[in-house]
Amino acid sequence: MSLLIYAESEQGKIKKMAYEVASYASSIAKQMGTDVTAVTINAENPETLGQYGVNKVLNVKDSNLNTFNEESYVSVIAKAADESGANILVVSQSANAKYLAPGLSIELEAGYASNVVALPQTEDGFTVKRNVFTNKAFGIAEINTNNKIIGLSNNAYGLHENPVTAEIVDFSPEFENSGIEVESVDKNTDKVSIADAEVVVSAGRGLKGPENWEMVEDLADVLGAATACSKPVSDMGWRPHGEHVGQTGKPVASNLYIAIGISGAIQHLAGINASKTKVVINTDEEAPFFKAADYGIVGDAFEVVPQLIEKLKEFKAANA
Amino acid sequence: MKILVCISHVPDTTSKINFTDNDSAFDTNGVQFIINPNDEFGLTRAMWFKEKQGASVDIVTVGEKDVEPTMRKCLAIGADKAIRVDAKPNDAFQVAKELADVAKNGDYNLIIAGRESIDYNGGMVPGMLAKLIGAHFINTCVSLEIDGDNATAVREIDGGKETLSCKLPLVIGGQKGLVEEKDLRIPNMRGIMMARKKPLEVKTPISDETKVSFKTFSKPAPKGEVKLISADNIDELINLLHNEAKAI
Repeated sequence: MSLLIYAESEQGKIKKMAYEVASYASSIAKQMGTDVTAVTINAENPETLGQYGVNKVLNVKDSNLNTFNEESYVSVIAKAADESGANILVVSQSANAKYLAPGLSIELEAGYASNVVALPQTEDGFTVKRNVFTNKAFGIAEINTNNKIIGLSNNAYGLHENPVTAEIVDFSPEFENSGIEVESVDKNTDKVSIADAEVVVSAGRGLKGPENWEMVEDLADVLGAATACSKPVSDMGWRPHGEHVGQTGKPVASNLYIAIGISGAIQHLAGINASKTKVVINTDEEAPFFKAADYGIVGDAFEVVPQLIEKLKEFKAANA
Repeated sequence: MKILVCISHVPDTTSKINFTDNDSAFDTNGVQFIINPNDEFGLTRAMWFKEKQGASVDIVTVGEKDVEPTMRKCLAIGADKAIRVDAKPNDAFQVAKELADVAKNGDYNLIIAGRESIDYNGGMVPGMLAKLIGAHFINTCVSLEIDGDNATAVREIDGGKETLSCKLPLVIGGQKGLVEEKDLRIPNMRGIMMARKKPLEVKTPISDETKVSFKTFSKPAPKGEVKLISADNIDELINLLHNEAKAI
């Protein structure tokens, strides 16, 4: 019995969430007295996975895999599972991993549990704790198949160093060519995505109009944060849909979530609840967000946010 | 074009979440059920194809009899036929397998599902279904155009979007963007009357095999009180975020 992780990379660099998946898998491996193998696709720094307990890397290099596609990637990762002999596969819950994992579960005849937030328990069957009802509850689910896939929620386990030397092995499996053509990719590479962000700055109707978003962007710049918005704001077309966070939008599990002029509808709060520290800035002290937040300022965003930007700049300069 | 829309019957987004039977099942007491929002965007897009390009639209739900009002609502919105697979949905694989059987037998070339259901948030069924029937799969789909046998779709990725094209048959995991919120349809009286006469077939499940099943549920521990900071004292907020929360 051993574990395989799919360690995602972006432009050749292993992503932070891959190190989190490695940390999680190496902790399971320790419990079970086994090893962790990783499969990487066109990564330039696979050896760094050793820092988080990965013993061996199946390093796939193929220019046909430069752009992500579900069909070929499923095929490659399934071959890596065969090669490593692993029966537990751990993936992140990035958009690409969520796209891949269901297909992999059919390919590997594995039970797949998504949105997992804690280490598995093995005393009474193999069970995992999952986020359900958009963070309003947890469910304990049993995976009763021999092969298992765990989708680890972003930021649920954290990074835990466990340095070992990772053996890097070239791996060139045959794979299916995708029947889906990627026509174009429109990705803002100088801005951090909501899924990858440590800090998310989010704003709502309290900002009164799309022309007032400059201060939100400025605050996000100072913090190296991703920008997000509430549902009404995206429905009115003030901001793109990709920024809508909440139950029907994107989930957020950042370290810090700052909500500006967002009242805190139940659907919004559910979507951002997995964030560690929540700050609310709102003129209405009765806004439901104050019940969900750790820190709150009752005040006008147009006065508070510019001050916050200035003070944060001073703080960053002093702590640089 | 033959379209199948997979519909999940879920608690309204404002529902209080409670559990019953020793925390082993969701407490449906007093809960209003709706069409899963991600599925409703897909259903509305399917209606657009039907009206603008000519297509038949069937819907399918895996569930017991209590899901039928939600299915009738889909018929009232304009779907032609409804198929209910008479099984309690316990597991994504079990559901995907039933849907795959319906999809294969019906010879559909476009299957629209939602990215995830808003109850258990698994996000697993559409991708499994696609693999089981050997169709292409596009997840987190925010735009879909069909021209003959060719599909062009936009997929939301972390930090952007990607435009994809492929041949049918295709399964999508859809979401908002397929149509806008304002495009969603409220059934009118005529639609509701017609829905009563439309076929709702009940199908016997082909299998009861599950791979992953929920044992118990719990709710997160209640949160502590918010710390209020004066709007004139931003330094204090920065201090707390740095020293107490260690968030900056």
